[in-house]
Amino acid sequence: MTRRAPYDGIVVTTPVSIPYVRFSTRGAHWWIGRALAALVRDSGLSKDRFDGVCATSMSLAPDTAVGIVQHHGLTPRWLDYIPMGGVTGVVAMRRAARAIQAGDADIVACIAGDTNHIDSFRQGLENFSQFGKDAVYPVGTGGPNASFAFLTDYYMRTYGARREDFGKMCVAQRDNALAYPHALFKTPLTLEQYMSARPIAEPVHLFDCVMPCAGAEAYLVMREEEARDLGLSFGRILGTIERHNAFPDDPVQYRGGWAMDSGELYGMAGVTPDDIDFFETYDDYPVINMLQFEDLGFCAKGEAPDFVRSHSLTVDGSFPINTSGGQLSVGQAGGAGGFLGTVEAIRQVTGQALGKPVPDAKIGLVGGFGMISYDRGVCSAAAILAAGD
Amino acid sequence: MATPLKKPKRKNPVLRTRAPMLPPAPRSRISLGLTSGAARGVFELQVCRDCGAVQYPPREACRVCLSDRLDWTPRSGAGELVAHTTLRHAMENYFRERLPWRLGIVKLDSGQASGGPPGQSESGTPSLIVHVHGDCAEPPCRVRVRAMLDRAGQAVLLALPEKDTPHMSDDPQMRELTCNPKFRKVFVTDGKNPVGQAVVRAMVAAGSDLVWVGEAAPWKKIPGFEEIKALPEVTVVDLDVTNPDSVKRCAGQIGPKVDILVNTAEQHRAYTVGGRYGTENARAEMEINYFGLLRLAQEFGPVMMSRGADTETNAVAWVNILSIFALANKPDQSTFSASKAAAHSLAQAMRAGMHKTGVRVINLYPGPLDVEWNQELRPPKVTPAALARAIVAALQGGAEDVYPGDIAKDWYERWRRDPKVLERELAQGE
Repeated sequence: MTRRAPYDGIVVTTPVSIPYVRFSTRGAHWWIGRALAALVRDSGLSKDRFDGVCATSMSLAPDTAVGIVQHHGLTPRWLDYIPMGGVTGVVAMRRAARAIQAGDADIVACIAGDTNHIDSFRQGLENFSQFGKDAVYPVGTGGPNASFAFLTDYYMRTYGARREDFGKMCVAQRDNALAYPHALFKTPLTLEQYMSARPIAEPVHLFDCVMPCAGAEAYLVMREEEARDLGLSFGRILGTIERHNAFPDDPVQYRGGWAMDSGELYGMAGVTPDDIDFFETYDDYPVINMLQFEDLGFCAKGEAPDFVRSHSLTVDGSFPINTSGGQLSVGQAGGAGGFLGTVEAIRQVTGQALGKPVPDAKIGLVGGFGMISYDRGVCSAAAILAAGD
Repeated sequence: MATPLKKPKRKNPVLRTRAPMLPPAPRSRISLGLTSGAARGVFELQVCRDCGAVQYPPREACRVCLSDRLDWTPRSGAGELVAHTTLRHAMENYFRERLPWRLGIVKLDSGQASGGPPGQSESGTPSLIVHVHGDCAEPPCRVRVRAMLDRAGQAVLLALPEKDTPHMSDDPQMRELTCNPKFRKVFVTDGKNPVGQAVVRAMVAAGSDLVWVGEAAPWKKIPGFEEIKALPEVTVVDLDVTNPDSVKRCAGQIGPKVDILVNTAEQHRAYTVGGRYGTENARAEMEINYFGLLRLAQEFGPVMMSRGADTETNAVAWVNILSIFALANKPDQSTFSASKAAAHSLAQAMRAGMHKTGVRVINLYPGPLDVEWNQELRPPKVTPAALARAIVAALQGGAEDVYPGDIAKDWYERWRRDPKVLERELAQGE
């Protein structure tokens, strides 16, 4: 394979989050508009300077990115729409970086925003994908709960994971979330509460499930000198990967596309898993954290339960994960859920954490996992970010 | 082992009748191929004609070689349950009212005849998300997958234990996907013909709680009727399907209690177009075979539809006995064929309406029955008992289109291949 060009001279900056709410009476454009306004406010740039836009939303139909620029009065020369759910935070970054390197754009606004009306989550599920409509929604799955229950059931059966192991991650993430101002879950979670929660789709129980909500996340991608001129703190992109529909013949998903590409990720970044100071996993269900620990090189396949048992996972722990609380404690704001980890990683490496900072955070890893269509998550991605200075 | 179903208590008439909810019905056009197979009681998946790869969910192009030559092909359904879950929460009311509900992933066996060129093995067999019968063990375990019609009339997949288990049809998920006569109340519209009597006996044997039998002409003595009447489950009711008042009276009397209606009323003569001058004979056939069905549908249909989810002994099925001659006219039974074609067309409309509340319309298209007006036809002929068995099998199994008898199966295959060729061959008496 051709050696991939590095992202030299390209930086990520201006992480913004619009506080989440469980249900919103506003439209998706409102959430996207607030994110754009926050980017303008925090960067000091006028919106006319955003000559590139990469956007995602799951509640914007019938609009796409075209509707976004018309609605908000932007006139970009580079426009991308990435309806890929949980990988969008990483995918937007890597596309924007390449566009800037190629000279197709100078400053790219990467935005994810979604509203959540009563019943809009169910309506989204009903029409999520053709395979979903034909082969999984009609059997009563009620969305991703059952699909992830299959993964979790298989993983527990095959590798000996216990509910306590998933609980340990959920409890640690909740602890992180208590310091993060935008988290929807603001009370501590104990392992006893986790274990005694009601079953949703066994073995998945209440605290294994993310809560759908409304919210928005965004950041800017630009050249380093531009960020310096503007006086913006920035992070560097050391490496990224993206993979879709990996291992389609696995009867039940027990690995993601990361397993195909993690060598390339670390090779491009010039670091090893030992160098990672914190990991923003994609955590729509805790079993996916375990898949990422394994497939991104922190332990061998099947060893994630032991890995979890042997580490403390809070911000101040031996292996900090989801330092803002992750989707499990902050909420899953539709497509913005795919941005949550990226935005939090930018904050951590630029010393702008809204909650607890990871001590001496230099290098962070972000995982993305998206689009539960039929029986599995189809998209996977990851990025390694480093402090700018 | 499934818990044997107990005889349900009599319903308290003061309680509200639960409104029928349906599982989600929308499907892509290509996916309806699965429904087409399930409607005939066959589990079919798309198999690539070029590389042999089996596809699921249904596709427009082969996931391996991108060929668009994907043929719906019967599959054995043998495989392994590799993961499962029990839903305790559901977004859709239909499932919410029926929790807990077991689902799983089945990996089908490979190595079945691929249907592709020699030497081509199947490239991976797809994983199926299925309803799981309660008697299936914890994964991993061997199962059989069947395509079943759900209450919305659309295909879903069901994993059954590898071998039959006691009382397996009493499993709540299985019962939801079938129309089992056990503990249900059945109305057989005419008991004074051999088919009607065979159906009554079959329903009693299948565990029906109560069988009402229609009698149009009480003064006529018909062999066998007295024995039917003497069965403890049987109650005779007056019904003349040619008389609107009679149909209305009968529906007023028993309509709100009927769970399964089997229309056995039939007028049958065997004449060519010119073989019987005038239209009286044809009118008599239409009066019973078509207008009779329409009258029944208007009087019994709405009340049955209102009871599509009424406790575990809800209204579930309407059974029409049509004829394979409904698909292509048999010239020496010209007007009979035409009346059955009319009934077939009406049954399609009934199905469109009754699916909306979960009541299944089952159509049987038998080959020639072994009855007096088919005396001149050569065998094979379908005995009334065999036809009755086919009805019970459809109710218990889940098919909605049934072609009992060798002639019906032969005609049906020829009709699917080319209706014009069949028409020409029938014109030549073949």
